[in-house]
Amino acid sequence: MSFDLVANVVVAGVLTGLVYGLMALGLSVIFGVVRVVNFAHGEMMTIAMYAATVLFAALKLDPFLSMLPIAAAFFIFGYALQASLINPFITRPEHSQFMLLVAIAIILTNVMLMVFGPDARNVQVDYQLDSFEIGRILVDKARLYGAGAAVAAAAALFAFFKWTLTGKAIRACADNYLGARVVGLNVKRLYALTFGLGAACVAIAGCAMVLLVDVTPPLGPAFTLLAFVIVIVGGLGSMVGALLGGILIGVSEALAGLFIDPSAKSMFSFGLLILVLLFRPQGLLGKRT
Amino acid sequence: MRRETVLLLGLLLVLLAFPAFAGPYALAVATLILYFAYTGQAWNILMGFAGHLSLGHALYVGVGAYAAGALFFHYGIGPWAGLWLAMLLCMLLGALIGFLAFRFSISGVYFALLTIAFAEFTRVGFDHLDWLGGPGGMFLKVAQRDAWDLASFRGPPLMYYYSILFLCAAAFALCFFLLRTKAGYYWQAIRENEDAARALGIDTFRWKMAAVVLSAAMTSVSGVFFAFYYNNLFPEQVFNIGRSIEIILGPVIGGVGTLFGPVLGAAVLTLLSEAITEALGAFGLEIPGVKQVFYGVVLLGVIVFLPHGIWPALARRLRLRSGA
Repeated sequence: MSFDLVANVVVAGVLTGLVYGLMALGLSVIFGVVRVVNFAHGEMMTIAMYAATVLFAALKLDPFLSMLPIAAAFFIFGYALQASLINPFITRPEHSQFMLLVAIAIILTNVMLMVFGPDARNVQVDYQLDSFEIGRILVDKARLYGAGAAVAAAAALFAFFKWTLTGKAIRACADNYLGARVVGLNVKRLYALTFGLGAACVAIAGCAMVLLVDVTPPLGPAFTLLAFVIVIVGGLGSMVGALLGGILIGVSEALAGLFIDPSAKSMFSFGLLILVLLFRPQGLLGKRT
Repeated sequence: MRRETVLLLGLLLVLLAFPAFAGPYALAVATLILYFAYTGQAWNILMGFAGHLSLGHALYVGVGAYAAGALFFHYGIGPWAGLWLAMLLCMLLGALIGFLAFRFSISGVYFALLTIAFAEFTRVGFDHLDWLGGPGGMFLKVAQRDAWDLASFRGPPLMYYYSILFLCAAAFALCFFLLRTKAGYYWQAIRENEDAARALGIDTFRWKMAAVVLSAAMTSVSGVFFAFYYNNLFPEQVFNIGRSIEIILGPVIGGVGTLFGPVLGAAVLTLLSEAITEALGAFGLEIPGVKQVFYGVVLLGVIVFLPHGIWPALARRLRLRSGA
């Protein structure tokens, strides 16, 4: 096996991993602040992918353009979901929250099945098969743009949390729920805002992903599991950890597909997850509580 | 006798006599309800009693099913031997997961994700085990269907109905007594406040291990039943996370930690699902997905409006003690 091939596969794995990372970042931000695990995360990702195919089919809109309106729509959806259904559940036991999101996931998956049918859909843009040649490494254009969009979105989110007043308020809620309420923060509204932001991350990741894989309704649960693996590996609640975990999983999937068997690739991700849970349960970059 | 006891015995009598009035379809639905009631009861020991959320119980169902199924498929060894192998394997698996998780004090969401990871890992692994049929599935030979052949667990649907009814009643009785033993009280103490339980001198690690091993062993039995009732096994189906969710829907809807919750939840959900199929068929709305959307909406309604499940609310109405 030549070095070039391995290098190519690793680069592709890193780029896909960044898109995975953005998806997982959405999950991580929601868990880090609201302390609710979004079991409908992959389903939301799939909806974003379908939205991109619909906008492309109807308006010939490139997914990298349609990701802005889709992200805006997802922000509103996430905000409304948290404000209406999830906020009353934040003080309930974990299994109760889990069931709520499972019910939402069941509804979302099957509404998609009803609307779009079981067949795979995709988006065909003219640069999809093009690639850049950097030395001896070929980089798919679509993958590189997708990774770029993921990094830009993640950077914007970091900046928001770091420098804006609202971002700081959200971090305060995550650090100390009671303290945040004592100083007069509207915690429920900030939670809704956070869920909206998490949903917007997923929307952007979905629009980038639609150029890499075809979309079918059962993709939802698979993405949900993938996002779990990534955030646990990186550290639940850690933003950099989510991106790092995404890259790790992207590369390990790509290498497993190359060396062993593409269908066994998720086994490696889950094996990695089990190892991380055992030896560093807080994740690679997570803080011990 | 207490009112609860009378009602339970009445229900048992009705269930015993049920096949005399029921057609094949009703019998199949009842068998499915009892299957979910039994499996839910097994899951409830770990979650409802000891407070640890497992989202990977399909792992034990699948391993149990494949263990007994493979012995029968390859060597013609009947399920009575396979049952022990299935239970042994699942107890070892449960002990492994429990040991790894509890040693490092993994609980809550992390424990749930660990159980998912094990189930998914096994699913993909089984897809690559050609000896067990791989993704193409394993099919048990279906021979005579009219005579009761209990030795190799082959027979008419009636036999499966009574077997699962027996399992259900036995699991109910076991849980009833467990809740009144030291183990039951220790588990509930751990569920309510683990630190306090440890401070009182309870060896929480040991009792959590006991819960996960017992739950795994009981769940493996439903796997054996599954293998011999349906006669075909696909890794993609038996280990799917959807199966794990199906198992826990009953107890969660019925009432986590109650004895009757898993039974009631299984009945409500299975009947609901069948009713939706019927109704949609009658209205000619057989688009794929419609049924599950209805199902999801009802599920959502129950979770939002009855946070503790149907049984505690119903028991209050009927002035029964909801613990039973």
